[in-house]
Amino acid sequence: MISVESLTKAYNGDAVVDAVTLQLPGSGLTTIVGPNGAGKSTLLSLISRILGPDAGTVIADDIDVLSAPGTEVAKKLSILRQDQNTTARITVRELVEFGRYPYSKGRLTEACHIAVEEAISYCDLVSLEERPIHEMSGGQRQRAYLAMVLAQDTRYVLLDEPLNNLDMVHATGMMRLLRSLADDQGKSIVLVLHDINYASVYSDRIVGMRDGEVVQDGPTSEVITPDALQAVFGTAFPVHDLAGNKFADYFR
Amino acid sequence: MATVVLWAAVAAVVTLSVASMFVGVIDIDFGAVLTDPEARRVFALSRIPRTLALILAGTAMAVAGLILQSLMRNRFVAPTTAGTVDAAAVGLLVVIIISPGAPVMGKVMVALVFALVGTILFLAVVRRTRFREAILVPLIGLVLGGVYRAVAEFLAYRYNLVQSIDTWFNADFSGIIAGRYETLWLAGAAAAAAYVFANRLTAVGMGEAFATSIGVNYRATMAVGMGIAAFATAVVVVTVGAIPFLGLIVPNIVTILVGDSLRKVLPITALAGAVLVLGCDIAGRIVIFPYEIPVGTIVGTVGAGIFLFLVMRKGNRYAAA
Repeated sequence: MISVESLTKAYNGDAVVDAVTLQLPGSGLTTIVGPNGAGKSTLLSLISRILGPDAGTVIADDIDVLSAPGTEVAKKLSILRQDQNTTARITVRELVEFGRYPYSKGRLTEACHIAVEEAISYCDLVSLEERPIHEMSGGQRQRAYLAMVLAQDTRYVLLDEPLNNLDMVHATGMMRLLRSLADDQGKSIVLVLHDINYASVYSDRIVGMRDGEVVQDGPTSEVITPDALQAVFGTAFPVHDLAGNKFADYFR
Repeated sequence: MATVVLWAAVAAVVTLSVASMFVGVIDIDFGAVLTDPEARRVFALSRIPRTLALILAGTAMAVAGLILQSLMRNRFVAPTTAGTVDAAAVGLLVVIIISPGAPVMGKVMVALVFALVGTILFLAVVRRTRFREAILVPLIGLVLGGVYRAVAEFLAYRYNLVQSIDTWFNADFSGIIAGRYETLWLAGAAAAAAYVFANRLTAVGMGEAFATSIGVNYRATMAVGMGIAAFATAVVVVTVGAIPFLGLIVPNIVTILVGDSLRKVLPITALAGAVLVLGCDIAGRIVIFPYEIPVGTIVGTVGAGIFLFLVMRKGNRYAAA
């Protein structure tokens, strides 16, 4: 479990993340949703110590994320952000090998090679492993970064808007991959999503943010309701049951 | 690909080194080295030191450029476009004015401090500007370097040292004999040390968030990389003078061929830097034989041409940047 306690980040006096206290489970798929500017991505960056907070603590299992050595944290949680480097001319395999840095500091061990192979084949990149990432399509590159995060072999995998720039087919493929990671490998996947229906279909738990605060936090069935969504987004939309899933009809 | 390029570069360094040792005013052939003691003396005193100096200086400047390009995530940054060379020259001038008899290592250390401060200032200015277009970053460096250089020229003018500073910006190996190049080994060692940090430097080149997420200490790696680049530059400036364009074009050509992973790129860049400097120095010795054109002038001319080709070639990666 990741325990977030009074986490705060302000810019020029405006709190983007305002004293957030939150518990993220040690398994399953948790999605953070909310309108633009709610502080979702900032919260994810703070939890993954990519951004330093003004106040608060983050404890992942037994590790104090904000003060433990970088490589120790990197064995516990990994983060995939939306602003990846897309111009670097390194191959998929070289990228994935970076995921092993916390374990090997660059001198790959036998276990590292196995983890790299597994991550590459899990993300269906075997035929592309010698391709430089700057020559790949957005969906392929996203998978390559995900493979790197898998090679890092952390219990917690944090993803900031992993569906950005993906078409429906690739977005669904990505969500299925993430779901199977949670189910098959027992990882805890925490992601920020824009589309609440993807969140509804794939998540075990949904966290709703608004104005830097957590306003909803519960099992998917309790958050995808007209009232709860109204609290998060400030507008009411009807919710329909369809083939066992709940869909918010926000199109009209 | 990388292996082929690596061995091609090794072969080129060996070939050009041999050529470099047999080109000069005194005609020496291979037999003479074995039999003639006078020829052997020329060899030990002048030809071998000069060849080694060329290899070490070329390696150091090329690697310094590669490191700066990776750290700054900009392919136009190099010791000559980040103010590093100009700042080192100011430092060297300050030592010469304050303590003319300072030992070479003292000069190197002061030049290093100035080079570091100058480069860090460049970094700070770039971070504070809103312009992030690739081409504006080196322009900021050139402007800043121009300011440092103006300081250097003003000081040089006041202290009657104008003639010496010209040679610091434009390398000349004609005066290299045994006993006057050995500090360059330190620059070579710095370039070799960079290899130890190759993975971390590549990670930092992927961005701060990327580096942090895999547990690489961003600030520490940045500091180490900057230190290595500034040290290599300072040693070269103090010993033989900066080689223009080298740190800019060599890393660009090599990364086009083998990618951005420093593990692969760094050794090839080091060798390719040596190849270019050796080749240009040999050309400089032949063109107006028995006189010489400084290697800096030749590299500058050839380098400008290569650089224009890189920028203007069809479908190049700079067009979109």
